[in-house]
Amino acid sequence: MSPKIPGSGLAKGLAVTLRTMTRKTVTAQYPDAQPELPPRSRGVIALFEENCTVCMLCARECPDWCIYIDSHKETVPAAAPGGRERSRNVLDRFAIDFSLCMYCGICIEVCPFDALFWSPEFEYAETDILELTHERDKLRAWMWTVPEPPALDPGAEEPKEIAAARKAAEKAAAAAAQAAADAQADAPQQEGPQ
Amino acid sequence: MTDALDVAVRLLLVFVAFLVLPLVVGQTEHKVMAHMQGRLGPMYAGGFHGWAQLVADGVKFAQKEDVVPKDADRRVFQLAPAVALLPYLLVLVAIPVAPGSVGAVVDAGIFFALAVMGVGVLGSLMAGWASANKFSLLGGLRTAAQLLAYELPMLLAAASVAMAAGTVSLTGVLDAFAWWWVPWQIVGALVFFVAGLAELQRPPFDMPVADSEIIFGAYTEYTGLRFALFLLAEYAGIVVLCALTTVLFLGGWHGPWGDDGLGWLWTLLKTAVLAFVVIWLRVSYPRLREDQLQKLAWTVLVPLALAQIALTGIVKVAIN
Repeated sequence: MSPKIPGSGLAKGLAVTLRTMTRKTVTAQYPDAQPELPPRSRGVIALFEENCTVCMLCARECPDWCIYIDSHKETVPAAAPGGRERSRNVLDRFAIDFSLCMYCGICIEVCPFDALFWSPEFEYAETDILELTHERDKLRAWMWTVPEPPALDPGAEEPKEIAAARKAAEKAAAAAAQAAADAQADAPQQEGPQ
Repeated sequence: MTDALDVAVRLLLVFVAFLVLPLVVGQTEHKVMAHMQGRLGPMYAGGFHGWAQLVADGVKFAQKEDVVPKDADRRVFQLAPAVALLPYLLVLVAIPVAPGSVGAVVDAGIFFALAVMGVGVLGSLMAGWASANKFSLLGGLRTAAQLLAYELPMLLAAASVAMAAGTVSLTGVLDAFAWWWVPWQIVGALVFFVAGLAELQRPPFDMPVADSEIIFGAYTEYTGLRFALFLLAEYAGIVVLCALTTVLFLGGWHGPWGDDGLGWLWTLLKTAVLAFVVIWLRVSYPRLREDQLQKLAWTVLVPLALAQIALTGIVKVAIN
């Protein structure tokens, strides 16, 4: 180590504070300015109830048992004459008690029908703990705050549902083209022997 | 009649400065300290960047109960804040701001200022003794030790300027001032400023109020307005110390340009820069231990001040 100049430590201390003063502060002025949350922040859980089939997987997997689901069965008349009647689950109640929820996200992971989503909204504190149980209309309303899924990486595999739809469309187009070609090929043959 | 009016106006102006400047320094400390620590500081009071924070604090202090401990020496306990605060007002009266602009011309200005500033420390001593609290007493004794140690180098440094100017009048010092006095007296200026900081018990010399070991030293038992007066005394002390350093060592109203009528601006500017340094030092340095405090005063500041006096004498003789 080179010999120290006496007082260089004192000067260094002054320099640090002066430099910090010229820099931007780290204070978050939260109620005045909204925080910049990372994408996929875990604020509140939203329910897309049109997708829910009352399979109860979320309620069963929940470590806190904070999801309440009630449902009943309805009979749907046969689609075609002579067909069989089908039964269908109808959702009566879907509630999440956010005073119990520990925001693990297992319910969202486990939902096979994409009915549960994370929303970044976090300002739903209440003065009464009972109000933290969000019923299905409130959970459905959170759905409007769910951000779009992030874009795929360039060169990523096509999403499965789009791939399936595209294949079906291509198949239909190919069949139509084949039919047209067959029709054209048939026409001269019919004229030929005359 | 006009003389009486003149005196009244001067005293009123000094009084307004005495009420406003310490608050400005306090607010600056709030903001500068915050930004030096990467924070914003007060933002709400008054609406714009918390400018009224100290006003709000004053209202809060005024609302608090004025408690006097049962075993305290009542009279002394209640008198101490006034003894701490008033001397700084008296010193401010004698500080010249611009040619002809001074609250009251005191012939022995340097003596007056230093003697009266010494009285201010008595307030802490009285508070420490009268509180009937061991932490207060410890704080008071530390104040006394600090006063004894640092009054000497402060006096010696001021004496050096008085020798250079050949007068103990503050206006006389400024009349005799020339720019090369700044490098000539720089060591004395540093000693004076550091010793002044120690006398005000400002960090890093805040051993007498060291809140992590003796709660708040001599002020431990104080509440409400009396406590606020002690805090105000600290900031008034900063203003007075910075103004005195400006007048004695930095040439007061003399500046590179704008000599006519702008002298008061120079005085204010230099005082403000020094006040900023006071805040800056507080943010940057940890507190000195009690033995380090004494060591700094007796083994560094006193010899430096004596060397400055010797230098002043040599140069003075060489010029003549």
